[in-house]
Amino acid sequence: MPATDLKPGDHVVVSAGEQVPADGEIVRGLATINESAVTGESAPVLREAGTDRSGVIGGTQVLSDEIVIRITAEPGHSFLDRMIALVEGANRQKTPNEVALGLLLLTMTLTFVIVVATLPFIAGFVGAKLDPLLLIALLVCLIPTTIGGLLPAIGIAGMNRALAANVLAKSGKAVEVAGDVDVLLLDKTGTITHGDRQATRFHPLAGIDRELLRDAAMLASLADPTPEGKSIVRLAREQGAQPVEPQQARFVAFSAQTRMSGVDLGADSGATPRRIRKGAADAIVRHVQALGGAAPVELAARVEQVARSGATPLVVSDGGHVLGVVELSDVVKHGIKHKFAQMRAMGIRTVMITGDNPLTAAAIAAEAGVDDYIAEARPEDKLARIRQEQAGGRLVAMVGDGTNDAPALAQADLGLAMNSGTQAAKEAGNMVDLDSDPAKLLDVVEIGKQQLITRGALTTFSLANDVSKYFAILPALFAAAIPSMGALNVMQLSSPTHAVLAALIFNAIIIPLLIPLALRGVRFRPAGATALLRRNMLVYGVGGVLLPFVAIKLIDLLLTAVSGA
Amino acid sequence: MTECFLVFALAIALGWPLGRYLAAVMRGAPMRGDRLFGAVERPLYRLLGIDPAQGMGWKAYAAAFLASNLLVGALTWIVFMTQAWLPLNPNDAPNLRWDLALHTMVSFLTNTNQQHYSGQAQLSHLAQMTGIVGLQVVTPMMGLALLAATLRGLFGGRVAAGAAAPGGEADVGNYWADVIRPTVRVLLPLCLVASLALTWQGVPSTLQGGPVAVPIDAAAGMPAQKIPVGPVAPMVAVKQLGSNGGGWYGPNSAVPLENPTPLSNLLEMLAIVLIPVAITFMVGAFTGRRRLTALVFGTMLTMSLASAGAALWSESLSGTSGDVALMEGKEVRFGAAPSALWAAVTTQTSNGSVDAMHDSMAPLTGLVTIADMLINAIWGGIGCGLQQFLVYLLLGVFVAGLMTGRTPELFGRKIEAREVKLLAALVLLQPLVLLVFTAITLALPSIAGTSNPSFHGISQVFYEYTSAYANNGSGFEGLGDATPWWNLSTTLVLLLGRYPALIVPLAIAASLARKRVAPEGPGTLQVETPTFALTLIALVLILTLLQFMPVLVLGPIADHLALRAL
Repeated sequence: MPATDLKPGDHVVVSAGEQVPADGEIVRGLATINESAVTGESAPVLREAGTDRSGVIGGTQVLSDEIVIRITAEPGHSFLDRMIALVEGANRQKTPNEVALGLLLLTMTLTFVIVVATLPFIAGFVGAKLDPLLLIALLVCLIPTTIGGLLPAIGIAGMNRALAANVLAKSGKAVEVAGDVDVLLLDKTGTITHGDRQATRFHPLAGIDRELLRDAAMLASLADPTPEGKSIVRLAREQGAQPVEPQQARFVAFSAQTRMSGVDLGADSGATPRRIRKGAADAIVRHVQALGGAAPVELAARVEQVARSGATPLVVSDGGHVLGVVELSDVVKHGIKHKFAQMRAMGIRTVMITGDNPLTAAAIAAEAGVDDYIAEARPEDKLARIRQEQAGGRLVAMVGDGTNDAPALAQADLGLAMNSGTQAAKEAGNMVDLDSDPAKLLDVVEIGKQQLITRGALTTFSLANDVSKYFAILPALFAAAIPSMGALNVMQLSSPTHAVLAALIFNAIIIPLLIPLALRGVRFRPAGATALLRRNMLVYGVGGVLLPFVAIKLIDLLLTAVSGA
Repeated sequence: MTECFLVFALAIALGWPLGRYLAAVMRGAPMRGDRLFGAVERPLYRLLGIDPAQGMGWKAYAAAFLASNLLVGALTWIVFMTQAWLPLNPNDAPNLRWDLALHTMVSFLTNTNQQHYSGQAQLSHLAQMTGIVGLQVVTPMMGLALLAATLRGLFGGRVAAGAAAPGGEADVGNYWADVIRPTVRVLLPLCLVASLALTWQGVPSTLQGGPVAVPIDAAAGMPAQKIPVGPVAPMVAVKQLGSNGGGWYGPNSAVPLENPTPLSNLLEMLAIVLIPVAITFMVGAFTGRRRLTALVFGTMLTMSLASAGAALWSESLSGTSGDVALMEGKEVRFGAAPSALWAAVTTQTSNGSVDAMHDSMAPLTGLVTIADMLINAIWGGIGCGLQQFLVYLLLGVFVAGLMTGRTPELFGRKIEAREVKLLAALVLLQPLVLLVFTAITLALPSIAGTSNPSFHGISQVFYEYTSAYANNGSGFEGLGDATPWWNLSTTLVLLLGRYPALIVPLAIAASLARKRVAPEGPGTLQVETPTFALTLIALVLILTLLQFMPVLVLGPIADHLALRAL
C-alpha cells in the first residue's frame, strides 16, 4: 500500500531504519527519530506514546526501536506539504491588512487615472495639445506599482524570515498578529530559566570551614551525572577547589529510597570509610542520626532561609557531621532581562507561568524582570488568564507543547507550539517552532512587527515618490504649449524628453532596488510607537519625497552625458 | 497684521469657553438655563413626537438626517418658486426659475450658500427670512449633530461600552435632540448678540421696502435708485456664525450695507472662525479626551496660520501684487491685507462669505483659497470640518500606524478593510467629481460662461466646483453661472460634497464602535503627539498635491507665471 493512500485513523508500524510515512501520533512504543529533514537539527529526538512528545512528522526517519503510529494527516495536507506550499507562496491568502492596503492603493490608482484622463480637456481650454504618449508616461509613473508589486513579496518574506528562525507560520495572518501582540504568556522553564537548578552558593554551618563544605560537596558530586551535580562541581572549581582523582572511592548513586547520593572514600582499605553524602534535609538528618551523630539546631534555620529565597536547599554531611547547605537555584537565562525590557519599551507585557510555589515564582519574576507571574499554575490557569486578558481587549501570545495546552493555544491570538509537542498542540497553535525553543516567541513578535513596518514604510515611500514625478513630467508636458511653465522645472532637467525619460527610468529601477529591502525587512530597533514613527517617517517619508528629486536629476545628467546633448 | 492677530486671539479666547459649553450642550448635561431653554425645546419635541433621550443606531440617525433635509428642502424650494404670490414681498421679487430655485435651495440646505442670484433683487423678505435664514440656522447644527454622533461612535457609542447587544449597533445619540439643543442654546443666542451689534454698526434691520434715492452722478443715466433694505442684520449674523456665507446682497460683505465699518469687518471675521474654533475645544471635553483637542487645535492652527500667511504674502509681497490695477474688486475701505485675511479664513472655515472678489486677488491668493477648500479641514465648516479632519486622521493612522509595527488602530479600535473601503470611496469621490465636472465644463466653452480666457478661466471653473464640493459657497465670480448647466451641475456637486462627507465618517465610526477595544500603551500609535501631527499635515498636503497639482498648475500657477512674465 503506497504511503499516499494512508488516511487519518490508519495504524502503521515503523521500525528502526524506516521512514515515517505520514504525520501521526505514536500510540505504542518509543523511538529515537532523526528529524533533520524538517528541522535541520541532526541530533536525534525521543518520541514516546502517551507523553507530550508523541507527535511524528512524515518524512522523518526512525533510528531505533519500533513504534505504532496512528495517522492524523489527510494525504496532501501533511506538515511537509504545507511547508512547501507556504514557501512557494502558492496558497497564500492575503491578510486583512493587506486587503485594506490594497484598497487604498486601488483608490490612488483610480485617482491618478482620473487626473490624467481629465488633464487634456482642462489643458485644451488654454489651447494646449498634450502628447498622449507623455500622458501615458505620467500615468505609469504615478500609479503605485512599486508598492503594489512589493506587497506580496513583503508578506512572503515575513513568513520566510519566520522560517529562517525555524518557526513555521501556518498563515501570513499569524505573522501579522505577532506584531499586534500585547501580552506574552511565557513558561518559566526553558524560556526564562535554563530549566535545571544549579548550585549558586555554599552555606557552611557555624564552626565549619567554607573550604571544607566546598570540597566535600564536590567530592560527593564528582560522579553525579545530573545537571545539579555537575553544577556543584563547577561552582566548587570556580571557588578554588583543586581537581582531585579520589583513590579507592565508591560512589553511591541517588535512589528514590535514600534520596541522597555521595561517595565512600577508602572503602577498600578495610577501615571505616569516610562517608560523604548530599541530599534532602530530612534524608541527611536521618542518615547522620543512623551514624550516631546529631543534626545541629542551626540546620533547620539555614534550610528554611534558602528555601524562602526561592532556591532548593541540599544538605551535605561528612560521616556523622552535618557540614552545611548548598543552594540550588533556577538560573535565569543570560540577557533575558534586557529582552523583557525591550518588550516593555514596545508596550508588550510579559507574564511568567510556573508550577513553582509563589515564593520561588516571585523571586524569579523579580530577577528576570517580567511584569507579572502565575505561580502553581495548572494548564487551565493559562486558559483563564488568556480569556481575562482578551476580555480587556489585549492580544495574547503563548507557547505550549502538551495536549493539555491545546485549548490555551487555540484560544490565544498567537499560539506557538513546540515541534516536540503532541499533534493536538501543533494543530491548535498557529505557529510551530521546529527547534522547540520557547524563547522563540520573542523573535516571532519582532518578525511580525518588522513585517508591518516594512509594509508601511514602503507604502509611504512609494506614495511620497510621486511628488517628484509631477515636478519632472508636468513642465515637460506643458513645455511646448505654455513656455512659462519652465519655472516649475525645479530640477533644471535638460530637456522635456530627458525629463520624462529620467522619471520613467527612476520608476523602473526603484522596484528592483527595493526588493532586497522588502525581503530583508526594514531595520527594526525595539522602541516605543512614537519613536518608531518618527524614525520611519524621517527615513521613508521625507526620504521618499527628496530621494527621487536627486535620483531623477542624476539620471538626467547621465542621459545628457551619454547622448552628448 | 494687527487685525490678523486680533481675530485669532479673540477667536481662541472666546472659543475655549464656548467649546466647553458646546460640549455640555451636546452631552445633554444639566446646566443653568435648562428651564428657559427647555420651555422652547419641549414644545418642539412634542410637535415632532420624539423622546430626546431615545438613542439611535447610525442608520436611523442618518435616515432622520436625510428625512429632515428632504422635508425642509422641499418646502424651501416651493417658497422660492412661489414667492411672488406670497406675503412679505415689498420689493416685488418675481418667482425664481425652477433650476435656479433648486440650486439655491440645495445650496442653502447643504450649508454652502453658493449664490447664483442676487438676494436683494431676486428674493422676497419671506423667502430670505424662512428659506434662506431658516436653513442658515439649522444646517450648521445638522452638521454639528452628525459630528457629535460620529465622535460618540468612535468611542464606542453613547452608553457605556458593551451596552449595545453583540452584533447590534452602537447608540450614537438622538438626531433631533442633537439639532434642536445647540440651535436653541448656542446658535440663536449668539446670533441675537451678533445681529444687535451689527445693527448698532449700521446694518439695516427692517421689514419695510427700501427708500428711493437720487444718484449724485446724474450722468449715470438713472433718475432714481431704490435702495434695497430689509432684515439684513440677523441674516448677516447667522451667515457669518453658521459657516454659511450667503449674504442678503449679491456682493456679500463687500457691500457697505452688510459691512459698514472696520469694527463690523472685525466682528464679522471673528464670527466666521468663532464656532469652528470652538468646536476644536468641544472635541476634547465632549469625548472626555482632552489631548484630542490639543491634536485637532494644534494641527488646524498650524495649517490655518500657514495658509493665512501665504495669502497675506501673496497679496502684498508676491511678484504680482504691486499692480494698482489689482485693487479692482477689492474693497478700498479695507485694503488688500484684511481682504486677503478674510479670504483665507472664509475658505478655511467653509464659510464662503466674502469682503472682496476672490477673482480679483493675486493668482497665488486664489491658489491658497482653492487649497483651503480642497483640504476643507482647516477649521472647516461647523461639524463637517471636523468630519473631514477625522477622515484625514483615519487615513493618517492607517498609513502611519503600520510604521509603528502594529496593524492600524484609532483609539484602540482596528481600522480594517471595511473602514478603509468607506474611506477610499470618500477620498476618490473628491477628484472624481471636481476634475470630471471641471473637464466637461472647460471642454464646452459655450456652457462655461467664463469672463476670462486662458488660465484664469480654468481657475474660475475649478474654483466654482471646488467651492460647491467643499460646501463653502464663495464664488471666484466673473462667471456667468445662473445658467441651467451651472445650476444643475453645481446642485449635483453640492449634494455629493455634503451628504457622503457627513454620513460616511458616521458609518465608519459606527463600524469601529462594534470592535473590541485594545488598551492604549507605549506600543500603540499615539496620535496626540507632535510627531503624528506633522505626519498628518504632511499626509494632507501630499494627498491634495497628488490629486490636484495638474489642475492647479494649469489654473492659478500658470496664471501667476504668465502675469509675472508681463
